[in-house]
Amino acid sequence: MKLMTTLLAASALVALTAGAAQAKQLVYCSEASPAHFDPGPLTGGNDFDASSHTIYNRLVDFKPGTTEVIPSLAESWEISEDGLEYTFKLRPGVKFHTQPYFTPTRDLTAEDVVFSFERQMDEESPWFNYLEGMTWDYFQGMDMPKYIASMEAVDDLTFKLTLTEPNAPMLANLAMDFAAIVSKEYADQLEASGDLAAFSTQPVGTGPFQLVDYQLDTVIRYQAFADYWEGKQPIDDLIFAITTDASVRAQRLIAGECDIMPYPAPADLEALQADEDLTVVEGEGLNIGYISYNTTEAPFDNPEVRKALTMAIDKSAIIEAVYQGAGQDAKNLIPPTMWSYDDATEADVYDPEEAKRILEEAGVTDLTTDLWAIPVSRPYNPNGQRVAELIQADWAAVGVTANIVTYEWTEYRERGKQADRKGPFMIGWTGDNGDPDNFFATLFSCSAIGVSNYSSWCNDDFEAAIQAAKTTSDQEERIELYTTAQEIFKAEEPAITLAHSKVFMPMKKTVLNYTLSPLGTHSFRYVDVQE
Amino acid sequence: MLNFVLRRIALLIPTIIGISICAFAFVRVLPGDPILAMAGQHGVSPERYEVLREQFGYNLPIWQQYFNYLGSVLQGNFGNSLATKRPVITEFMTLFPATVELAFCALFFAVIIGIPAGIFAAIKRGSWFDQAAMGVALTGYSMPIFWWGLLLIIFFSGYLGWTPVSGRIALSFFLRPITGFMLIDTLLYGNWPAFVSALRHLILPAIVLGTIPLAVIARQTRSAMLEVLGEDYVRTAKAKGMSPRRVVNVHALRNALIPVITTIGLQIGLLLGGAILTETIFTWPGIGKWMIDSIFKRDYVVVQSGLLIIALIVMAVNLIVDLLYALINPRIRVK
Repeated sequence: MKLMTTLLAASALVALTAGAAQAKQLVYCSEASPAHFDPGPLTGGNDFDASSHTIYNRLVDFKPGTTEVIPSLAESWEISEDGLEYTFKLRPGVKFHTQPYFTPTRDLTAEDVVFSFERQMDEESPWFNYLEGMTWDYFQGMDMPKYIASMEAVDDLTFKLTLTEPNAPMLANLAMDFAAIVSKEYADQLEASGDLAAFSTQPVGTGPFQLVDYQLDTVIRYQAFADYWEGKQPIDDLIFAITTDASVRAQRLIAGECDIMPYPAPADLEALQADEDLTVVEGEGLNIGYISYNTTEAPFDNPEVRKALTMAIDKSAIIEAVYQGAGQDAKNLIPPTMWSYDDATEADVYDPEEAKRILEEAGVTDLTTDLWAIPVSRPYNPNGQRVAELIQADWAAVGVTANIVTYEWTEYRERGKQADRKGPFMIGWTGDNGDPDNFFATLFSCSAIGVSNYSSWCNDDFEAAIQAAKTTSDQEERIELYTTAQEIFKAEEPAITLAHSKVFMPMKKTVLNYTLSPLGTHSFRYVDVQE
Repeated sequence: MLNFVLRRIALLIPTIIGISICAFAFVRVLPGDPILAMAGQHGVSPERYEVLREQFGYNLPIWQQYFNYLGSVLQGNFGNSLATKRPVITEFMTLFPATVELAFCALFFAVIIGIPAGIFAAIKRGSWFDQAAMGVALTGYSMPIFWWGLLLIIFFSGYLGWTPVSGRIALSFFLRPITGFMLIDTLLYGNWPAFVSALRHLILPAIVLGTIPLAVIARQTRSAMLEVLGEDYVRTAKAKGMSPRRVVNVHALRNALIPVITTIGLQIGLLLGGAILTETIFTWPGIGKWMIDSIFKRDYVVVQSGLLIIALIVMAVNLIVDLLYALINPRIRVK
């Protein structure tokens, strides 16, 4: 009987698909299976691509192709003089997806917004732990519980957020994936039925696409949401064909099995660029690969020594050999596309003679140190081992012996955080929200020591500048403060800023209106295919 | 016979305990921390880290962790994946049919080519065919699978466009799984073009996965056949004036195939364990790829339970092969 029902349902599906033969379809060869479809607790870029950019919206959004914050589910907002109260006016008439497992009876209200955040901070809520061993990594990682004093649904379409202290990056935080707005009505329905876990596998959102089917490790199917508040999307069906191997993805694209793919292997780029049916869109990544000196360890506690060691490195050779043209010399911590980037900073010069002289002057002779090589390939550093080898050779030329060490990735980061770590540590960062605070404070504030400040560097002037920039919402003033921060950073050299990498997105020429996101996310909103 | 069966099953118990200890210990000697691996680039606060360690029981002494694990496994609970939070057994059951389907097609390919090639090589011993076939078999046996798979994809899918690059079926077919076996499901749906598409998707992965078993089977068949062809009864049959074809097909082949069947049985066990490389290259959603992804994600629970389930299946298959063998060949029972 069960088989019969399945068969009938399936034939109906086949009939539906057949009837929609004219449907416009876009196939995206994605790089990994999503853990599930609730973006709140997730952390992977592929998780977000499959959930928050298709199924959900946020109060505010990043303007496609930029990190500028624009209205989304919130039509407008007001920030009080003291920077503590954020009042959002919600867009009226926003519909949630209708699914076989849920039929919404009402439009989006401020209740949904309150629920979306409360579930991530209220430890008493059944939703705080609705999946075994879950963590709200981003919400906690961005220190949201520390900054949020209260949340209130003033009326159906007004949401008020009160902070404990002014926090300029807050608005950009709310555009991040973890801040997706979910349906309280759906959550209540699941709570009543006792099946909370379904919230992660059978999602309901307000986004441009709704989930149709997910076959584990194989394919995710979405269809355009007909009642989407911005209007129905140009394509009807969106398909994620999960293809983990980069070379196979490239072959699938060439063979026409998919229309667009992320993360091509450097070795395949040439063939993809040469294919006349394809275009390879190129953009700058919002990232930085750097090497942290442990500024509490002699002789790296001396800024002159740090600068001399940086000067001994031929960065352009590294970018040439390791990034293979897909990187650019980083003279600042933040990438050039980010606002407040200080273009007046002088790029590091390669001068081994001068480096040797400074080292001798500082009394550093016969220095032997560990050099930590990142064990995995990351967009900001494709091959840590190779980078380490090149630096080892450069330093040998100025009389410094470097022993390359490395560990498994989680182990590597744990050991790197230790205050007594020996030797410079290779690491990097990919921006979350386009705010400079997300680089400066996350990576080099005093409070990040032992967490993500691998240089154990705490500089009073730098700290004063970045903390002031965090609390003021005057953009001009923030730019000035971050410029100061960059000057101090350069003068102190707590880390070698190595490179910002480029990102490539190969696609068929028939794919229209795809915008590369500097944040590294992949969204198919507004995308069309030429027939 | 019943005695033999019971004895064989009793022997499995210590093996299962041994494997469960190995699987459990193996994931724990891997470097890396599952809780840290779950967290993103922001990491996890030390307080939350402790809470999670407690929640997962990683703070308990290692032997206690093992007995807790064994206890829940005996109740049929293999735990939930750390990454997806879904039950391991559900994920396994979803993915296993893909592995089985591929394994059987690969084996089918290996048998229909391997056995005739082996027989022919034995009959024409020393001929150019024998030398060529055994040379090819040796090459096949030493072929790096990843390279071989990519080579076939680039040539047949990329250059000639004859076969699909990867996946189990063209994306234009949207069929919800019934049995999970794509060939069977497409037939149940009565969707002929979908069946053809599923078959086309199986060709390259089955060839790649079947290459090594093919080489093994061909060489095994050849040597078994050579041995049998030298036996007295074969000479007698020839002396009686029987046609060479009848000598080979009726007298020699039947006896030569016994060791070949054992080899095939062992290969089934191996193939069902999931073909990590083949599944990865062809994006074949089976348990081999699932296991390797989980190792990279430090998904302890999936790795240890997955290993255990796979081991149980391999043992079950070997047991069945053994029993069948005993049924055919009484000498084994008696021993």
